[in-house]
Amino acid sequence: MSVSDQQSKSLEAKVVVLGSQGVGKTSVVIRYVGGMFSKAVSPTIGASFFTYKLSLDNYRVKLQVWDTAGQERFRSMAPMYYRKANAAMLLYDITSPDSFYDIKDWVKELKKNVDYPIIMCLLGNKCDLDSGRKVSIEEAEEYAQSIGALFFEVSALKNTGKYILPCLMD
Amino acid sequence: MSNQIERCYIFQSSSKTSKSVVSTKTVVPFDNEEDDVNSEQWRSQPKHIFILSEAGKPIYSRHGSEDKLVTIMGVMQALVSFVGDSNDSLRCMIAGDHKFVFLVRDHLLLVGVTNCMDSTHQLLLQLTYVYNQVISVLTHSTLCKIFKQRRNYDLRRMLSGAEKFFDNLLNLMDSEPGFLLTAVRCLPLDYSIREIIAQSIVQHAKIKDLVFGLIITNNQLITLVRIKKYYLHPMDLHLIMNLVNASESFKTAESWTPLCLPKFDQSGFLQAHISYLDDSCETCLLLLTVDRESFFTLSECKNKIKERLLKYNALRAISDSLKRNAYGIQQCGINDLRHFLYKSKSTAQYTSPELEAPYVTQAEKDRLFGLYKYLHHRIHSAARPLKILFHVGAYETLLGWVTAGFELYAVFGPLVTKTSAIHAVNKLLRWIKREEERLFILNSVTF
Repeated sequence: MSVSDQQSKSLEAKVVVLGSQGVGKTSVVIRYVGGMFSKAVSPTIGASFFTYKLSLDNYRVKLQVWDTAGQERFRSMAPMYYRKANAAMLLYDITSPDSFYDIKDWVKELKKNVDYPIIMCLLGNKCDLDSGRKVSIEEAEEYAQSIGALFFEVSALKNTGKYILPCLMD
Repeated sequence: MSNQIERCYIFQSSSKTSKSVVSTKTVVPFDNEEDDVNSEQWRSQPKHIFILSEAGKPIYSRHGSEDKLVTIMGVMQALVSFVGDSNDSLRCMIAGDHKFVFLVRDHLLLVGVTNCMDSTHQLLLQLTYVYNQVISVLTHSTLCKIFKQRRNYDLRRMLSGAEKFFDNLLNLMDSEPGFLLTAVRCLPLDYSIREIIAQSIVQHAKIKDLVFGLIITNNQLITLVRIKKYYLHPMDLHLIMNLVNASESFKTAESWTPLCLPKFDQSGFLQAHISYLDDSCETCLLLLTVDRESFFTLSECKNKIKERLLKYNALRAISDSLKRNAYGIQQCGINDLRHFLYKSKSTAQYTSPELEAPYVTQAEKDRLFGLYKYLHHRIHSAARPLKILFHVGAYETLLGWVTAGFELYAVFGPLVTKTSAIHAVNKLLRWIKREEERLFILNSVTF
């Protein structure tokens, strides 16, 4: 869908990626922004900032992505990154139930602190590890519905799942 | 009055007896069920560093896993509190050829154990660095708050992901003389280039609430710009270098992270904008501010700084200097001088040539560093501080010299006489004076 310059309008969107440590936030972002998978991703310190440009339905979209650190000590810094965000990617690891339950805390926090409609998108990462699955698709789907979030399963390793595009349809 | 007498508890035989007791258990040294204490590999480590809470809970161990060291950490806590009960404090313990050094700080107990050259004072300094690293990650106020609420808290939860900072810091301290000297090393650069680099920060990052702007590479300082009324202590600078050195994560993207500098303000965080200026990720720019909202402003500053550095070929100059390495000892043109450390006291910076033969193998490097530690220890001995020391060893001759302006530690071949060593050192001082604009940052740049 190539769009000529005159027709296209530009749009900026702020996206924040949240979730427990080790679920693969940085890997998913790098897969999306950089189109690759790196084995040597090391734990994020504070938060990393990425920009990504794409065209979508006559729009030139510039995404500003905050990839946050999952470690507990950075927890209190989170508002700095999710404030003013248009969309929140809530990432968990399908092989770790704890990381799925942690999402509930994030949702609570977002509902409490964000006073405008923020698009939430629940992402189950590492879906290539289906044999070690501990969180079922049904359970996650049901939860996503209950909080009014989109839901996808993805794999940063295998590059499956398209997840950011639909969020921006609004 | 508290009765704080420095006392050494000496248990000459204890290491031997404990060895014989456990030797029957060391048949399977890597058995998961066993405590690490019983593994030969763990026991043979030259330097152990432990952090535990006041309540005796393990927080960090340099070697082995904390979970398997619960008992030994309990013993350490018991020893400290036993001596503490009589209004005294346990500073140092010697058992066989091992030295145990204790540092008690708010809510934390730090213990260093070694059979190396490190003096008690040097180990205490290393423990202080480790303590500062904890503060750098958490702030002193958070640490106090946590333990006030729950004395029994497992601090590893809050430090998870920060273990690599401790590991990296301890490895750096075992090889980098800057920590011993409390001084930083600067990347050798022409005065004019360094001036351009500093001015690019001054011009493009003159932003309200920006406290420090600095560029570092490979544990060396390239430039530092600060607000007039604030200084950056070398210990804080070392922690910044350790943060950058230990984290691969900054290489992926611009980062925005809280960072506490204990010497600057141990009660709060500064906010750090961290980014690499070159594609090979060698030259790192840090902009430290008190404004938590200024990421995008600083990100723009970074782009402008980078543009200007490219325009004036400054990034090229930096990578050239890195490739060239600092300088060889022959460049100083002094016979029989093998290596030296020179610290300029007023700037808290030091310089030293590259390590060359015979100090190329790890064992020889360690031995040389051991000699420096010995020399440093003798000169700074609290009981009898020295101004100058000439020491003839088996393989080399050492000369240490401390004045109001500098500290110099020089290593010569074994056959050098005192007169010729003094003569050589004077010649070296003249060489350093000639090169000082290139080796040191002499004028401190402010916004």
